[in-house]
Amino acid sequence: MEGQGIRGENVMIRVTRKIEFSAAHFYHNPNFSAQENRRVFGKCNNPHGHGHNYVLEVTVAGVPDPETGMVLDLKELKDILQREVGERMDHRHLNYEVPELAGQIPTCENIAQVIWRLLEPKIAKGKLDRVRLWESPDLYADCTAESGGEGA
Amino acid sequence: MSQDLKVSLTRRYRFAASHRLHRPNFSEDENQRIYGKCSNPYGHGHNYSLEVTVSGAVDPATGMVANLGDLDPFVEHEVVEAFDHKYLNEEVSEFRQEVPTAENICREIYRRLKRFPPAHLERVRLQETSNNSFEFDGEIGGQHQRRP
Repeated sequence: MEGQGIRGENVMIRVTRKIEFSAAHFYHNPNFSAQENRRVFGKCNNPHGHGHNYVLEVTVAGVPDPETGMVLDLKELKDILQREVGERMDHRHLNYEVPELAGQIPTCENIAQVIWRLLEPKIAKGKLDRVRLWESPDLYADCTAESGGEGA
Repeated sequence: MSQDLKVSLTRRYRFAASHRLHRPNFSEDENQRIYGKCSNPYGHGHNYSLEVTVSGAVDPATGMVANLGDLDPFVEHEVVEAFDHKYLNEEVSEFRQEVPTAENICREIYRRLKRFPPAHLERVRLQETSNNSFEFDGEIGGQHQRRP
């Protein structure tokens, strides 16, 4: 069992690393009429777009390596976040410049899922536990693996 | 290879309210012993910060678990308008019988928000001060532990 005993080598620890990126977006569904787009998306529908300072918190769960005492090297995680998310999304327009979001409304919920799918295969040590994406200090989306769903 | 993902959305709201922790069926001494300065007769107040978490399927047409255009007015009406700048003990009828501790406020907020039609209420988290926060996810059960 994971988490047995606090001195054992099998305690499960969650490690969280944060990065920030700034990006533009707007919400528009081409299948909706202009009025429907305005009604559903409100001012987020403004075709000129607007932007946010996104804060991304990525949590990896794992058993600390007995040699290093670390679940994973945080510097490596930082590099992965920078490569997979920072370089793709920072100072970009999410509607036009991120192919993974093509055809989707770039909401917090959808961006968090895209980030999960980008990161999940790159985490070599430990297991991706949670992607939390803050769009503003008052709004965030969490993405986790559905319990009971197939594992990684 | 594609994993099933669970997505939730958390939104923060704020309200300021006053309360007093005091039970008429306790003696003055008992009230002082249990509630301390929170029992002072004229009440006191907090800037509450409320985090509401909803979960569910992401609607492919909108990319959303819940539209803030629906969630915001619902929470504003059910909680913020009812609690903001109020004396909870007197002006929120549920707290005429119940002590408005943050635990009870949390539970009452959950009860009010549970009826939000478009998504599943996952939890509410109420921050009373920067040092104290309280969460309720609807879980019933567990034994109340009385201090020896």
